[in-house]
Amino acid sequence: MEALDGNAIGGILYHVFDREMTMAQAECVCGARGPLAECEVYLGGPGVVVRCRVCHSIVIVLVEVRQMMCVDICGLNKLEVPLRASDQKVSW
Amino acid sequence: MAGAALLGRLSWRVATVTRVVDETPRVRTLELELPGWPGHVAGQHVDVRLTAEDGYRAERAYSLGSAPGEPPVITVERLEDGEVSPYLTEDVRLGDSFEVRGPIGGYFVWRPNDGGPLFLAAGGSGVVPMRAILRHRRNTMSEVRVRLLYSSRTIEDVIYREELDGEEVVHTLTRAQPPGWTGYARRVDTDLLREVAWSVDDGPLAFICGPTSFVESVAAGLVELGYAPRRIKTERFGATGGP
Repeated sequence: MEALDGNAIGGILYHVFDREMTMAQAECVCGARGPLAECEVYLGGPGVVVRCRVCHSIVIVLVEVRQMMCVDICGLNKLEVPLRASDQKVSW
Repeated sequence: MAGAALLGRLSWRVATVTRVVDETPRVRTLELELPGWPGHVAGQHVDVRLTAEDGYRAERAYSLGSAPGEPPVITVERLEDGEVSPYLTEDVRLGDSFEVRGPIGGYFVWRPNDGGPLFLAAGGSGVVPMRAILRHRRNTMSEVRVRLLYSSRTIEDVIYREELDGEEVVHTLTRAQPPGWTGYARRVDTDLLREVAWSVDDGPLAFICGPTSFVESVAAGLVELGYAPRRIKTERFGATGGP
């Protein structure tokens, strides 16, 4: 199976995070960092598998099961989700 | 308030086909009417969803081939084992409807303020988002220089052929060439890129779109020539059997 890239799952990511996510910066556990658009993406299986373009390890798995979207981000050190203009700064 | 809350959300809408253009024997352009379409940026795509009578659904992403401000247009290449493209290229008729969600994407996009010079490299139907960029540049009278390197299997496979005649395009035909062809006749390699791509000294911005293997080899070639990886935007279609 040939890898696509994060552009291909822009719609699914938007659906899950309710915002544009292809420019969201992802940091793999290997330390590599870049926009989700540049990650390797495999769509052929029962879910979506996102791999690091540098070390090729799995960073995100998205699986839809019984009306639930399970988002496994165990391969990431960090995911920077961009705030929308309408998001208000939260005081803790 | 409810309307305002819905703004910015990405939902499936029913698109109606308002125009059909046969580009090549395997490629067709569909102009879509999408009520509530918010407008798009050059380079973005939409997801198309088809639902069979038994409820089975298939989704695919298609780049928008029209410029911002123009009606949304997708150009679809028929894949023999495809679940969605055979319907879109063979069965669909004027006035037919299917579900679309978009516009999608914030990475593989170009706005005039992003500058250039632009080096666009397209393999096969990877030319679709490039047309959006070329048209947008023209419509906005941008003075950014642009050059398109376009790899096709044969001259008959060239999409948007007439429109591209008005642009600075370098064609390469990888499988067969018409009599008297003086252009490139091989897959894109670093030597070809060295001859065609803007010099690194010009600070170029590159967009590459096409089958995964095409995108990988062009991106690697540009990096070898000294292009900054951050100035290279890539979008991969996966394997399509060509070019």
